[in-house]
Amino acid sequence: MQPIRKYLSSAWHALFGDPVRAFGIVSLVLLLALAIAPAKDHFAQWHSYQRHYLALIHDRGDAVSLRRRFQPGIHQIWLPELGVVDRCTTCHLGLNEASLADVKQQPFRKHPVVPHSLDGFGCVICHGGQGAATSAAEAHHSERAGEEPILPAKYIESGCGQCHQNALPGTPQLNQGRTLLTRYGCVHCHAIMRPDGTKVAATDHPPSLVHIADKTTREWIYSWLKDPQAYAASTTMPNYKLSDGDASDISAYLVSTSTAHEGDTAAANAKTAANADASAGPSLYGESFCASCHAVQNAAGNLVGGDIGPELTRIGNKAKPEWLAAWLANPRIYDATTPMPHYRFTPQQITTLTTYLQTKTDTDYGSGVHLDPANAKQIGHGRKLIVELGCASCHEINGVQKPENFAPDLSTIGSKPLAQIVFLPGMEHSLPGYVGAKIRQPRAFGPSVKMPQFALTASQTDALTTALLALTNRSHSMPDSLRVAVVPETNYQPAGHAGKLITELACLSCHRINGRGGDMAPDLTWEGSSVQRPWLTEFLRNPNTLRPSLIRRMPRFNLSDSDNKELTDYILTVYQSPSIYADSAPDAKASPEMVEHGRQLFYSKYACQSCHIADTKTDKGYIGPTLTQVGSRLTSAWIYAWMKNPQALRPGTPEPNQNLSDDDARALTAFLMSLKSTNAKGAKL
Amino acid sequence: MKRHFDASTLSACTLILGLLAFAGCKHAGGPATGLKATAAGTAIVESSGGHQVGVTGTALKDPVVVQVNDDQGTAVPGALVEFHGPANVSFDPTAALTDSSGQATTLVTLGAVAGRYQLSAVTPGKSKAVTLGIVETALDYQQRLGSTLADQYCNRCHDPESSAQRVSNFDNLEVKPHAFADGATLNKMSDADLTSIILHGGPALNRSALMPPYGNTLSASDVRALIAYTRAVADPPYEPAGTVYARK
Repeated sequence: MQPIRKYLSSAWHALFGDPVRAFGIVSLVLLLALAIAPAKDHFAQWHSYQRHYLALIHDRGDAVSLRRRFQPGIHQIWLPELGVVDRCTTCHLGLNEASLADVKQQPFRKHPVVPHSLDGFGCVICHGGQGAATSAAEAHHSERAGEEPILPAKYIESGCGQCHQNALPGTPQLNQGRTLLTRYGCVHCHAIMRPDGTKVAATDHPPSLVHIADKTTREWIYSWLKDPQAYAASTTMPNYKLSDGDASDISAYLVSTSTAHEGDTAAANAKTAANADASAGPSLYGESFCASCHAVQNAAGNLVGGDIGPELTRIGNKAKPEWLAAWLANPRIYDATTPMPHYRFTPQQITTLTTYLQTKTDTDYGSGVHLDPANAKQIGHGRKLIVELGCASCHEINGVQKPENFAPDLSTIGSKPLAQIVFLPGMEHSLPGYVGAKIRQPRAFGPSVKMPQFALTASQTDALTTALLALTNRSHSMPDSLRVAVVPETNYQPAGHAGKLITELACLSCHRINGRGGDMAPDLTWEGSSVQRPWLTEFLRNPNTLRPSLIRRMPRFNLSDSDNKELTDYILTVYQSPSIYADSAPDAKASPEMVEHGRQLFYSKYACQSCHIADTKTDKGYIGPTLTQVGSRLTSAWIYAWMKNPQALRPGTPEPNQNLSDDDARALTAFLMSLKSTNAKGAKL
Repeated sequence: MKRHFDASTLSACTLILGLLAFAGCKHAGGPATGLKATAAGTAIVESSGGHQVGVTGTALKDPVVVQVNDDQGTAVPGALVEFHGPANVSFDPTAALTDSSGQATTLVTLGAVAGRYQLSAVTPGKSKAVTLGIVETALDYQQRLGSTLADQYCNRCHDPESSAQRVSNFDNLEVKPHAFADGATLNKMSDADLTSIILHGGPALNRSALMPPYGNTLSASDVRALIAYTRAVADPPYEPAGTVYARK
């Protein structure tokens, strides 16, 4: 002890004994302490990146201008409205430098071309990560205190979806994800509020199970519940992984509570055409264009047909023949809101089609299922399961109320803090990893999870994850001016007797009118300005093909003459454009010279024959509609307006706007109007 | 002393050789897949999945399928195939044994950077490893927007292939349009030339009037996206002339 004290005291004396020396030493210590900050700064990671950047641009041809735009120090993009403080550009120095397109080395690459400027939107809005950090590890990979690591590139479109609630041409994955959210019925159980306060609505049509026993058997319900995809590969119904007993009990409840519906059997009891020609089935199925909405698996296992209606590969296993006949006679008796049109088949046709559809039976499907009659206890258990699993969120079921807020609200799932998530062992600790895993295998998160197993491909899961990650807090908190709202579907309902016909024929399942309806067939909002009466009457009676290359076409509805007239009158009177009407066309009387001039313009100057057929002998164009009879189909006012600006009449049409002069448009209209159809006697109509 | 020196050198050499061999084994063994090849071929060929155009950071639509053959050109089942690529490309699986028809399949997810990706499929072979090069392309935002626009407006004529959704009009045209991937022709045309032919139609460059003008239909950024797309898929690859500066 003594020697140490002695040593310390002599050291103290040596250093601070003399006041001048003491002052010198204290100054030295102070100087060193002051040097720590600049030294730390000098050795910071971003500083070394900036030195590397200067070295990189030193030998380039445009070094002078690159160096002039380079500013040393920490860079920051601050956007208070969006809550963005991004210092990424401190290291990512070449993002805006077009001449660095050839540089492959990070962090100096040029940013690919996107519609927004970096300075206006910052980086983390799209890429995630910690914008305020100044080291690569903290900015990119930090998970501390629930911080979100940078978003993997495959989900990048979720950034667009925070502001853009509408579908963008550049974000197919996000658009697909949003479609899946509504099509797979996610929003039946999970509420999703858009930032503008509207609720995301489902677009699927889960059938009501109120009269289920009229339609199918308990055995089929059992097999279906056990594995929906085994019956129809394309169905959106998820697999609840039910035990045999549970599936049996649920099917027992559904069948025991099902109420008989008189319409379902009335048609069968009334009259059945006994002498139905079974061989006519496929052609009737084909000419009714059932495949426009319904898919069937072909021999190679590929689905052929549309996805509006249910898949019909094994419909014979499911539907009872008498129900099928009643359904084909008038689907609206069983389900008033079905997208299926009322075809007005003859009894003979109904029998033909029913017989044909019954042949679509898989003898192996459900062959081993034998269910004993259920007792009251089992039926009661079935009801309990239906309530627990939330079946009534999608389906109307007798004796079970539709549950409210059955599953967690997903309006801000894209900002769920990592700290609130229970990750499975070995799982990637990130929100996209969690959301993706939850969609892929919901039941992996524990036996008590009710969410069923959906049959989604890997790319569909990615798309859904992208759409869900777009639902962030920021999308709700940002100023309205930055938001691009979704265009909601209108609740347009055509009026009167014609309106009733339009509903019965389910025109809006394929056609769009006044902002409501499908996108398979042309928008009919201005159809009345576009077509001529004789053509429309004939087309409704027997729809012929305008575009030879189309597979999905307008079916024939066997309308009565009075219904046909009613519909034609309504379309021609009501579906009129405000600016295109009979008198709006320039001079209707066209001289032969003008027609000839139009013909020359058609074939040489504008080369319309590359896409259209005006003369079947010479022209082969396949893209646009055939024009051989266009003068009997369209009005001259419509043709003229179309020539002047096709996109104004049909947004997105591939027909280019050729910026025609009035004279050229008039001559072309005259030529096209001269292409009349010929009736049976060969006389021009 | 001399003997001692020799022994120590020998042991050191052995150690280094051992380490090298270990490292070499580790390298040759590739990913720890635990796959045991039961056969070996002498050639590897591409069955399908090459020359796909995908999007940065996402999986390619179709899997890459390669086939291992022997000297006679018959397929070899049970041969090991490993897939390699740049660090940001991922394969699922990274190695596989060929199936009964001699084929190995993998799903490829491209990296986050647009451009061409040189991938390779390697099979150990009988005496030495055989490598097959596979090229895939990843599109960035603008290029993919271009591909969407091309599908909507252009490919009905420019793409000779028909699909169920889109019947090609190529065969109906007297003057045949160039495919967007036709680098031999399009690489020689400057961006300015391509822009004017899109905006003003074929006659603008003294070409066929069958190509209509899209200047009033597409926006300037649409046209830039279309050109970026043709450049991205050009085969042979497009090499921009680059900016020419005065020598320093």
